[in-house]
Amino acid sequence: MIRNLTNRIIVIVLIVLAALWIDFSRQINVLNPLNDETLIKRDLTPRLGLDLQGGLQVLLEADLPADAQIDSAQMEIAREIVQQRTDALGVNENNIQVAGDRRIVGEFPGLEDTESVLATIQQTGLLEFVDTGDFSPEKDTVIQTDYNQTAPPAEGETVYRTIMTGADLKTVAVQPNSLGTSYVINFELSPKGADIFAKHTAANVGKHLTIVLDKQVISSPVINEAIPSGQGSISGDFTYESANAFAIQLRYGSLPIPLKIVETRIIGPTLGADSLDKSLVAGLIGMVIVALFMVIYYRMPGVVAVVSILIYASVAFAVFKWFHFTLTLPGIAGFLLSTGAALDANILIFERMKEELRNGKNLSQAIDQGWSRAWSSIRDSNLSTIITSVILFWFGSTFGATIVKGFSVTLALGVLISLFTAIYVTRTLLALVLKSFKFDNLERWFGI
Amino acid sequence: MIDILSKRYLYFAISLLVIVPGIVLLALNGLPLSIDFTGGSLLEVQFETGKTPATADLVTLYEEAGINDAQITATESGSLQIRSSFLTNEVRDSILTAMKEKSGSEVSVIRFDSVGPSIGKQVASRAALAVAVAALAVVIYITAAFRKVPNAFRYGVCAIIAMVHDVAVVFSVAGIGALLFDWQIDALFLTALLTVIGFSVQDKVVVFDRIRENSSLLRKLEYEKLVNHSIVQTLQRSINTQLMTVEFLLLALALFGGVTLQEFSVILLVGLFSGTYSSIFVAAPILVLWEKREWANWFKRTETAQ
Repeated sequence: MIRNLTNRIIVIVLIVLAALWIDFSRQINVLNPLNDETLIKRDLTPRLGLDLQGGLQVLLEADLPADAQIDSAQMEIAREIVQQRTDALGVNENNIQVAGDRRIVGEFPGLEDTESVLATIQQTGLLEFVDTGDFSPEKDTVIQTDYNQTAPPAEGETVYRTIMTGADLKTVAVQPNSLGTSYVINFELSPKGADIFAKHTAANVGKHLTIVLDKQVISSPVINEAIPSGQGSISGDFTYESANAFAIQLRYGSLPIPLKIVETRIIGPTLGADSLDKSLVAGLIGMVIVALFMVIYYRMPGVVAVVSILIYASVAFAVFKWFHFTLTLPGIAGFLLSTGAALDANILIFERMKEELRNGKNLSQAIDQGWSRAWSSIRDSNLSTIITSVILFWFGSTFGATIVKGFSVTLALGVLISLFTAIYVTRTLLALVLKSFKFDNLERWFGI
Repeated sequence: MIDILSKRYLYFAISLLVIVPGIVLLALNGLPLSIDFTGGSLLEVQFETGKTPATADLVTLYEEAGINDAQITATESGSLQIRSSFLTNEVRDSILTAMKEKSGSEVSVIRFDSVGPSIGKQVASRAALAVAVAALAVVIYITAAFRKVPNAFRYGVCAIIAMVHDVAVVFSVAGIGALLFDWQIDALFLTALLTVIGFSVQDKVVVFDRIRENSSLLRKLEYEKLVNHSIVQTLQRSINTQLMTVEFLLLALALFGGVTLQEFSVILLVGLFSGTYSSIFVAAPILVLWEKREWANWFKRTETAQ
């Protein structure tokens, strides 16, 4: 029989209260009563995955030969730049992570204007000031420069000299031009850049200084006079949006590794909302039927099991919310399956208990035996589920398959929490019920 | 007590009856791999009512954009799903603009999935690896957990055979689903498959655990009776857990859970059922068959038939 039953009940009540508090709050703020300092502050807005609210997911891959070694520090820098660029676009909710050693996955739940994000994130953003001499290339043409050459030049193609790159920019700002018809980008150079710029402009008055982004010509102004100040502006028929997007590229620098989009997934908002409603209703229907079955078949222990499953559900949901897990459709399925595992543990114990009762043991003996005998089954079977979840998680993370990841995390955590509720909560509650009531008719109360 | 094990060859026949048709279909038609594994694009669009253009027009539209393998299917909700080779975002935008111009209707994108060809291949090989690693890990775990039982490795091997059985059932269902409902093997299918593997083992462990316990309690009992006894003892739990709870939850998800989850839930439903079935009607009978070395009798039977 269980000793210190009161302590166990206090622990359970505290856990349930904490869980319910987290379940029903959007934010938790705990102040220290002595000095009013914030002790705990946690935003608990539930996060819905792309499949539930719609949005965009892109997988970027380093655009380098497959056997090229990729520096993980550079991948991290590339990730930060992609992050800064999307933040600067005003996309609030985003999640950008390095996946594996050559990929970056970006998720933008709820995003509707996917075009600007897609256009901005994959551009390398390499700005060059190129000496094209007397030649003034047309806007948008692609020219070859001697900086970071990507492909050998075609027969007869000129390779121009790069004077400096965007790395020498210090500040960048978007402003309307003097006529107010268009926008220009004003920039200020670093001391080193200013020096190079001053020397070049002094020596090349009357020649063209061509500004290219990712080898594509933005504008090709004539150098009217030497510019010693290190300040200048780029004009080129910009709208506010295009000037701003350009400025973002310049401000956050060029990507250390060229990236290309290898996978795009867009889910419209209607499909997402439809799935959420339907799967929640489905989950609810399933749960109600299962609860009915448990009560009808197992009687009193069945009621205890249902209470224990409700506790399980509230604790699991609280854990998911607290750690900001994104709720996805497979995540909901994983949660339902782990609920199944929680029920299985209860059923294993009850079946065992009934067997012991039929063998003529008294009630408290039967409960103890039921537990100890069922434990090895519960442990071994749940461990094998956890092993599978870990492998699923590993598979999901290397490919940025967040859906698979979400499923495996909810399944594994759900199974762990279900072990706790089956072993600790159900057992304690059953002991409590036994202590409080006298069961003279085993057949009726335990459904033997 | 019910004698379950004596009809073991009947159960094997039933299993084959479920597995063979689907596998034959897969062998004939090839694996219906989705773009997750092959690379390619799927664009689902909705036009305003009455303005949905003819399929042929859309195919031409794709061809003008340089994509010659567009396949179009209409969904129940009236939207169009267009499958093709990999579309870059630029090409997709130009196609969408052209669609708007041609149809004179607003075009809303319900879904767009585009997977580059190289990434698809890597996902496929990594997925196969994931399944293999999961199976191996589980077998090692079982052998370790049953190390005190005589012939512990038999339990591991029987768990693998039953697991292969369950995987075969899942693929068979996928093959039949591909024929009837245009199902595809995608990342969600893989998730379902790995779950089936995990839970398949869970069921075997429960039955084996009972055999483990009984073998020390009832030493004098013949092995077949011992296994039969253990199955009957765990039968109620198997029925209650699997049929009454897990299957009910999944059935609710399959019936009411919306299109996205339907295929996933059905695969899980069948796969988990197969997992329970195979622990009673495949794994345990093979244990007995192995103990008795019945394969010797198979040859005798053919001799008497001659």
